[in-house]
Amino acid sequence: MTAPTTTASTSGWRSRWRWAIPRRVPFAAGISGSLLVIILFIVATADIIRPIDTYTVDFAAALQSPSLSSPMGTDELGRDIMTRVFHGLRVSLFVSLMASVVALVLGGAIGLAAGALGGKVDSVLMRFLDVFASQNHLLFGIVLAVLFRPALGPMGAILLAVGLTHWTQMARIVRGELLSLRERQFVGAAINGGAGRWRLAWRHYLPHLLPAMGLGFVLLFPHAIFHESALSFLGVGLPPHQASLGNLLADSRSLILVGAWWAALFPGLMLLLTSLAIGTLGEYWRDRHNPRWRSELEL
Amino acid sequence: MLGVIVRRLALLPLILLGVATLTFVIVAISPFDPIRAYVGAETPISAEGREEIARAWGLDQSEPERMIRWAGRLLQGDLGHSTMLEGRPVSEALLERAGPTLVLIGTSLALVLVGGLIAGVLAAAFRDSWFDWLVRSVSHFNIAAPSFWVALMALYIFSVQLNWLPAAGTTDLRGEGGTGIDLKHLILPAVTLAITQQAWFTMYIRNTLLEVMREDYVQYATAQGIGRTALLLRHALPNALIPFVTLIGVNMGEIIGGSILIETVFAWPGLGTLTRDAALSADLPLLIAITIIGAFFVIMGNLFADVSYRVLDPRIRETGA
Repeated sequence: MTAPTTTASTSGWRSRWRWAIPRRVPFAAGISGSLLVIILFIVATADIIRPIDTYTVDFAAALQSPSLSSPMGTDELGRDIMTRVFHGLRVSLFVSLMASVVALVLGGAIGLAAGALGGKVDSVLMRFLDVFASQNHLLFGIVLAVLFRPALGPMGAILLAVGLTHWTQMARIVRGELLSLRERQFVGAAINGGAGRWRLAWRHYLPHLLPAMGLGFVLLFPHAIFHESALSFLGVGLPPHQASLGNLLADSRSLILVGAWWAALFPGLMLLLTSLAIGTLGEYWRDRHNPRWRSELEL
Repeated sequence: MLGVIVRRLALLPLILLGVATLTFVIVAISPFDPIRAYVGAETPISAEGREEIARAWGLDQSEPERMIRWAGRLLQGDLGHSTMLEGRPVSEALLERAGPTLVLIGTSLALVLVGGLIAGVLAAAFRDSWFDWLVRSVSHFNIAAPSFWVALMALYIFSVQLNWLPAAGTTDLRGEGGTGIDLKHLILPAVTLAITQQAWFTMYIRNTLLEVMREDYVQYATAQGIGRTALLLRHALPNALIPFVTLIGVNMGEIIGGSILIETVFAWPGLGTLTRDAALSADLPLLIAITIIGAFFVIMGNLFADVSYRVLDPRIRETGA
């Protein structure tokens, strides 16, 4: 080992950050991570890198194929598609994130209640869950979106539509983890030590459930992105003038028929890359953390 | 064996009742105003007019009473009347549109079965070759790619650019094809729907085959000097086929959801486009009927998966039941 000084300095850097860097990152996970960083950068700086107003109309520049000034082309009103895609990506990510939070909170609470209280409560909640789970995600989402649109607005309705159809998986994960947790010794020790029901749930169960819940959340996220865009694509999601990825794709059908392939290619590609990156990272995390979850988290 | 099926079948009406109740309760607690949706958001309506519609639709009764009446009519097969189609019975509209959807789903399932079987077996046979790599990459892409986007791109390539296949509908309205379904019109929707479902089936076949190949009886057959092809097809494949059949049932929901989106892209006059139109005009009776039927198929799919698994795998048959 005649290590020159340069490697010594990198190993110093490495040792300081060892906790953050896994020894071997698979190729796919590395690519997905980089992709996700780029996507987050785009979302954060959309106003700076593509500051043109999303609604700017310029008929002279209508339906132009991709060029240097507008790399993703323009739509039938002359709006720059790259601008709309970047801003739409932000809207879609935000909506799916909030919808996943709704599913996480609802599923987490119900799963925790079912697993911790057990007995009658458990079986009633599980039958309730079965009924919810046998609803078709997209169909039931459409009904919810239609029902709550006038009162909650398009954004609130879509959060509810995606959240209420996706919480069951989370509840199953939490309940399953909790049931195996209850058999552990430290739980018995806490009960013998006089811990009450709420203290047990908050101090002993929840911290052990967080990794599984976090992973379930990450794997849920691509689904939420897909369902948000599917609802918008069908016309019951975000309002048509708002650039979301689903709306851009819905608009693109008529543009495709006149030959403007770029109107559909780029929003869809963005949607695909985002969900692919998040999904791959989630699976990598799952396999690294606990391969046993593989079967339970097959979403 | 028979007992399990009977028990599962006995549970079926209970789950369906649960689904119907859930749907009714959600509609009842939602702030949705069906009369407002019917006359339109901008149209003024007098209090008398409102009362008249409410009486005609039975909205003036109490909620439990409405629920019981609605469930009773549901049991008789009366799914209510569509507001979008000017009071036509929902069941009539559904029956009229069911044909094209069944043809679409049936064709794409056949494509998935044949294509997934061939690709999965070949990928397992030539493990880690370029073909295996290709199958796996395409499958990963198909899982992540939104179905309606794949459909849009296929529409552009094969219909707009190459002009090989028609872009919309079931038949050429100018020709003498009548009102039937033209094969040329079926290709694009069926193939894109199959593409969205292909990945699960193919990867399942590949992975189960590789798993089965490690089993003792396969090792024994190898030791007896059996050839590679015979080993794969005669010994490994029958066992890999068991989860294959059940997967159709499990994926029923995905297939229904995919058909709604694909039908919308290709203007296929089936239940999917009907659902979309009902959603856009907030036609609640129609939407609820479709949702309950959708749930019915999901439940039946799961039941089918469970039963077929028991019928096909003697090991479960003996220990279960």
